[in-house]
Amino acid sequence: MKKLEESGLTKQEIIQAYRHILMGRRLDERLWQLTRIGKTSFNISGQGHEVGQVAMAMAFQPEKDYFLPYYRDMTACMVWGMTAKDIMLGSLGKEDDPSSHGRQMPNHYGSKEHNIVSHSSTVSTQFPLATGVAYGAQLKKQDYVTLTATGEGSANQGEVQEAMNFAGVKKLPLIFVIENNGYAISVGTDEQYANETMAERGPAYGFPGKRVNGNDFVETYLAFKEVVERARSGKGPALIELMVSRLTSHSADDDHTVYRSKEDIENLKKNDGLLFFEKQLIDEGYLTREEMTDIDTELKKEINKATDEAEEMPEPTADTILDHVYAEK
Amino acid sequence: MAMMTYLEAIRKGIEEEMARDENVVIFGEDVGGVKGGVFGVTKGLAEQFGDHRCFNTPLTEGEIGGLAVGLGLVGYRAIGEFQFADYILPAVNQLISEASRMRYRTKGDWTAPIVYRAPYGGGVRGGLYHSQSTEKVLFGQPGLRIVTPSSPHDAKGLIKAAIRSDDPVLFYEHKRLYRLLKEEVSDDDYVVPLDKANVVREGEDITVIGYGMVLNHALKAAETLSKEGYEAEVVDVRSLYPLDKETLVKAAKKTGKVLLVTEDNLEGSIMSEISAIIAEEALFDLDAPIKRLAGPDSPSMPYAIALEREFLVNEEKVTNAMRELAEF
Repeated sequence: MKKLEESGLTKQEIIQAYRHILMGRRLDERLWQLTRIGKTSFNISGQGHEVGQVAMAMAFQPEKDYFLPYYRDMTACMVWGMTAKDIMLGSLGKEDDPSSHGRQMPNHYGSKEHNIVSHSSTVSTQFPLATGVAYGAQLKKQDYVTLTATGEGSANQGEVQEAMNFAGVKKLPLIFVIENNGYAISVGTDEQYANETMAERGPAYGFPGKRVNGNDFVETYLAFKEVVERARSGKGPALIELMVSRLTSHSADDDHTVYRSKEDIENLKKNDGLLFFEKQLIDEGYLTREEMTDIDTELKKEINKATDEAEEMPEPTADTILDHVYAEK
Repeated sequence: MAMMTYLEAIRKGIEEEMARDENVVIFGEDVGGVKGGVFGVTKGLAEQFGDHRCFNTPLTEGEIGGLAVGLGLVGYRAIGEFQFADYILPAVNQLISEASRMRYRTKGDWTAPIVYRAPYGGGVRGGLYHSQSTEKVLFGQPGLRIVTPSSPHDAKGLIKAAIRSDDPVLFYEHKRLYRLLKEEVSDDDYVVPLDKANVVREGEDITVIGYGMVLNHALKAAETLSKEGYEAEVVDVRSLYPLDKETLVKAAKKTGKVLLVTEDNLEGSIMSEISAIIAEEALFDLDAPIKRLAGPDSPSMPYAIALEREFLVNEEKVTNAMRELAEF
């Protein structure tokens, strides 16, 4: 693991990264609870992706860069600007949900305010969209960079190859990410792709591709920083294969104990990126265990408040069923 | 005014809108460069507006579909060309899952104004994959509009309206009409509404509803029948989805005898929906069963000349069907 100081980030920024990572974990745990007690109908989780997502997102400039996420990207969306309450409004299907105003299932993140583009559930359709957003920057010579992500299973869709090919041809300021957690619901990588790494697809389309350890905060951050700067200076797209773990079942409707052994699940917990990051913070003198506990308490309070406030908010009413089908009714 | 083909009118409309709004961009397979499309609709646009605003894409229809949505998200008005309407199928996921749902699923926070152009229709010896009427594949997808012009005048006005619309619009161009139709087209900056059918000819005896090539057959057939003493009301559907129910039902009620003509297969075409609407709204004004005239239910249009002719609705078939209904 690379030392945290090698990132070039300030102590304050590193602690902020930790807050994002821990918030991602705690908020997701709350969403599972709400699903289990029937307050929301669904959750799909990014547990095990948080360290990599925060390191990825911190390499961008969310005030101007665009993000086209997929359903495990809650933590990255929160670095981009979404709040715990925003997420909660979506999970509870409320009218003020910035992702879809209660129109989409939970975990379909989006926010016009924060340049996070709404996505569908037919996986990877966001990849061609991201090329359009990125081509828009080229057309008006704007310097924003676009980020889009998907999983290693979804990365086999034809539209992913179409989008990467076009991005290579046009040298778009666009970063493609494959968050490889080794499982597409129940199917392992040996049935998803034959090559050693997915990162090699980058060079196949004429741009860099790199596999990074998503549990290593600094390795991930530096890898993204390099390709984001490259894209912003007009040198074209890149693909990052972010190696992460899926610590939970695929979704609230799945039970991973059916296809994963007890031993595998235990090993995953031991290799939890959050634990590595916490150990690094202590070992390298950024935070004490007590300070971490204080942050945890603070975040839980924030999540409680967000849950309570979101629950109070109104749901969409039946008479809005035909709103926004077309620009004009 | 200038004499213009259907194809030239479409190009003129695009050119006017690209000159009017720098956010209009156009792309597709062979669309850019000196070729300007396999039919030549975009010829000259790359030279006039630059290679960034009029450009070639790789052979990737899904990408064309999504590229247009992405550009729409950040303020552009993209025109994506599918080289043939038959080739739109790989892009259906983008058109349905993204383009038609973006506004609805974000309650208008994110929108994608787009025009998808696609040459459709047979009678050009195009065989199974260069002849189809694929509009029914995308019909009935709320959020997406489908329109098609049946005259040069409408071609220019409709493409301009489609480009200015804040909705995703699928713009079907009948490839047989590209060079067949020629008429005086106004130089004015006019638009044709995207949501209105058009009564092209008035008559009291029967109502014929169609679009594209078959509408032109119906107009000629109406003149033949006029000499026989029957006057036909001819309606151009023009707005294929959503349908202009009001105009269609009114025209059906007016004569009480309705012939629905399509170049598509008989079963499951847009005419099936129009038939259902008329049955629901105008049954007690009808004096004859609703009649559909269409291609047979074979998978698309075969290449061999006898088979292509057998498939196609032609002027003679329309004339006979109209006469039969008039005499009912």
